[in-house]
Amino acid sequence: MVTAMAVVQTAGPEADVRKTAWAVAASVMDPEIPVLSIADLGVLRAVRITDGRVEAVITPTYSGCPAMGVIALGIERALEEAGFVNPKITTVLSPAWTTDWITPEGKAKLSAYGIAPPAAKASRRALFGEEVVACPRCGATDTQRISEFGSTACKALWRCRACAEPFDYFKCI
Amino acid sequence: METPLFTYTLRLADNALILGHRLSEWVGHAPVPEEDLALANMGLDLIGQARALYTYAGEVEGRGRDEDALAYLREVGGYRNVLLVEQPNGDFAHTIVRQLLFAAFAHPFFEALARAQDATLAAVAAKAVKELAYHLRHSAEWTIRLGDGTPESHRRTQTALDDLWAFTGELFETDQVERALIDRGIAVDPAALRTRFERRLDEVLAEATLARPAGGFTQSGGRAGRHSEHLGYILSELQYLQRAYPGAKW
Repeated sequence: MVTAMAVVQTAGPEADVRKTAWAVAASVMDPEIPVLSIADLGVLRAVRITDGRVEAVITPTYSGCPAMGVIALGIERALEEAGFVNPKITTVLSPAWTTDWITPEGKAKLSAYGIAPPAAKASRRALFGEEVVACPRCGATDTQRISEFGSTACKALWRCRACAEPFDYFKCI
Repeated sequence: METPLFTYTLRLADNALILGHRLSEWVGHAPVPEEDLALANMGLDLIGQARALYTYAGEVEGRGRDEDALAYLREVGGYRNVLLVEQPNGDFAHTIVRQLLFAAFAHPFFEALARAQDATLAAVAAKAVKELAYHLRHSAEWTIRLGDGTPESHRRTQTALDDLWAFTGELFETDQVERALIDRGIAVDPAALRTRFERRLDEVLAEATLARPAGGFTQSGGRAGRHSEHLGYILSELQYLQRAYPGAKW
């Protein structure tokens, strides 16, 4: 393997290389919510250059998130295609992922895609208090939870009483 | 010779795997599609927690066993989960009450473990506590709906509570494994969580018009490897592929 030569094809000051590598890794989309990049989601935590090798650090949204394997593979492939040889993907659990890390752009994209973004800061109050969730289609707040768990671990199923459409809600955690 | 940290981590991992497997048995059988999804999602959370814990247990042990070796290649007597999590799904009321009892314990437990001295256990716990908060809310809401529902749903839910109550005592037991770690700030002393567990449960049961069974008899032994007959049946399904085709990968 050519680990020592890993970043040679994108040679330049280390900060520039890291910036390029970040942009490449950040372009990988979430396989289950394909309008969101892993950077929008806050799943991509860091991109480092270690011993001439690019290392991308990711964290799962939920402990059992089945998308992590695909995400890691996607980053590896994107980095290799961009000329970074033998990239390393590291998964960390701490600090625990929170919906507060979804970027404002990410929340806007979620809403445009038809998924209501997390309604509040992920505090105990948000979790145990009554949430006010706006319908991503018509904006009405006259909405109702159908089920605590939706099509993926990170979503709940809601419906809008105003426009009568069901929708996914990205739960606060 | 097992170190206390290995045994402790394994107990937590086995609780999560076995309960996660039990919930997965509901897939395709739940009363409504939303509950099929809910039970599957909760099972997924638990199996995710189990994977992280098994991986760590393997590292602590240092004998080269990975998460798969620990989950698929141990005999029934090697499992250290509490008896509560291996109890059969029964009717929907039994599954919901089992989940309520486990979550009402595990939520404050993981909250405390997230502040403990072992960085890896604390990291797993910090994620798990968020997930368990949703499991607790889900099972509490269903317990209320079933208990305060029809005479039939009330009767079944009270029966489930009476049947499963004897397995709650084990959640709060400690032996020399925990005591060695509690002193070093690594393990959580579960006895300190009992008041919170009972208070949370009493709030739910009051609203559900259900009666908490009086203390009395406690059935335990799972944490030391003494299980009910149910666990063997679980493992025969869970481990089937690796036993029939050792080392199979795909």
